[in-house]
Amino acid sequence: MIQVENLTKTFDHFTAVKDISFHVDAGEIFAFLGPNGAGKTTTIKMLTTLLRPTSGRIHLDGFDPWVRQREARQSFGIVFQDPSLDSEQTAYENMELHGILYHVPHRVRAERIETLLRLFELWERRGDYVKTFSGGMKRRLEIARGFLHTPKILFLDEPTLGLDPQSRNQLWTHVKAINEKEKTTVFLTTHYMDEADRVAHRIAIMDHGAIVAIGTSAELRARTSTDSLEGAFLALTGTSLRDESASSTDNLRRFAQMWQRR
Amino acid sequence: MGAIYIMWLRELKRYVRSRAQIVVSLGQPALYLLALGYGFGPVFAKAGAGNYLQFMAPGVMGMTVLFSSVFSGMAMLWDRQFGFLKETLVAPVPRLHIMLGRTLGGATVAIIQGLLILVVCLIAGFRPHLWIAIPASFVFVAMIAIVFAALGASIGSVIQDMQGFQLLMNFLVMPIFFLSGALYPLSNLPRVLTWITHADPLSYGIDGLRGVLIGSWQFSFALDLAILAVLAAAFLSVSAWLFSRIQL
Ligand SMILES: Nc1ncnc2c1ncn2[C@@H]1O[C@H](COP(=O)(O)OP(=O)(O)O)[C@@H](O)[C@H]1O
Ligand SMILES: [Mg+2]
Repeated sequence: MIQVENLTKTFDHFTAVKDISFHVDAGEIFAFLGPNGAGKTTTIKMLTTLLRPTSGRIHLDGFDPWVRQREARQSFGIVFQDPSLDSEQTAYENMELHGILYHVPHRVRAERIETLLRLFELWERRGDYVKTFSGGMKRRLEIARGFLHTPKILFLDEPTLGLDPQSRNQLWTHVKAINEKEKTTVFLTTHYMDEADRVAHRIAIMDHGAIVAIGTSAELRARTSTDSLEGAFLALTGTSLRDESASSTDNLRRFAQMWQRR
Repeated sequence: MGAIYIMWLRELKRYVRSRAQIVVSLGQPALYLLALGYGFGPVFAKAGAGNYLQFMAPGVMGMTVLFSSVFSGMAMLWDRQFGFLKETLVAPVPRLHIMLGRTLGGATVAIIQGLLILVVCLIAGFRPHLWIAIPASFVFVAMIAIVFAALGASIGSVIQDMQGFQLLMNFLVMPIFFLSGALYPLSNLPRVLTWITHADPLSYGIDGLRGVLIGSWQFSFALDLAILAVLAAAFLSVSAWLFSRIQL
């Protein structure tokens, strides 16, 4: 479903993604696990036509997303690391807008919006402005929206960042349910070990722009002769992942972007 | 087509829902109208130039439409900051459609604003020379709205932060307004100022409005319309091109 060969992205003089190769099978849940700044978001942006690769090849569902952007965009859904909802519109209107942009036929649209909003426990709040939603609700809405046009692949970039453990659990339960029911391929990034361990069929460990190892959680543990994914990660990268470091570099980057025009 | 419609609708919804903002955005032109219209009226009359309120009402309409349309385009800055822009950038529709929907939505809002301020002008005592001129004037209201919504959208595709926004407000939009003949006649100006005012797109919009509404032309109907049409096409193309190039 996703085929990536020798993908590289260089910003000015800094190489954010270094010559990575991997593939994701149809129906699989595949996780990129790595600390902040590892290059996860940059990789997703290249896969989803938002950023042009410096070099390397990508095949999404058989074609190069940069060359056939429209087909590629129709075939995937994406939940960005940062919010992308229209907070001045209601939950329903956000879904509707997405449905129209993604050519979901009128009749199917209403039905599917209801199904998804019910599944993600937002149906009761469909008429409320998104700006009144909690962080967890916004996330759920974004994910529901991502599934609306029945994409073949759903990209989730750190979807649980900043959520409490209960919301995180709930969110993954829903995602797994749809993955099983609709056979949607899921490509997710996270820096939470337990999530990758619990949710993903296979995991790619990413550090400093490179993929250090790929495999199931069991394979990674076996390869490093450790008994936890955490141990495997430590053995492979020489560092441990701590949740507290969450997005501090991201925040800094965003802050810098606001002050110095790029 | 669906994309154009839904993006257009979004602009309209945002406008209708921000009632406080509607009042505020009409307050400024109303203030110009009252403070300057009544304040400069006597001086203007003494100089033998006629009724200043009559003269500046079309200018204030042009001003309202200018600010409203430029702002709508620049609102892209907020969509970028709050993230919604990304949703439209990855959608499987031509970015041209997204851009057209946004721009036409912004222009529609600006036209409504122009209509509202016309009502304010009429209440304040403004009288067109013919009543039929009122519907006719909306040809120019619409042209001004499209030209500057597209200009705003071009700017919105490029600037990324508040500084850039403020800079452009002060050094582009305000001069466009002040050098357009909205507040004073463009005849008998110093030579340099004449050149500058003739290079200002809004001058042709204001002239069209004033010509149609009170029958006083600096240029001509055909010239005003032709220049605005060319600029609309040019700015729309530029904005579409800039928008299509956005990467994240
Ligand atoms: N537009 C950009 N310009 C320059 N550097 C960037 C840009 N985007 C990301 N980076 C850098 O690339 C590295 C990887 O970033 P990112 O892909 O966001 O990591 P992750 O998502 O794994 O946290 C970081 O060091 C980041 O600062
Ligand atoms: Mg990231």
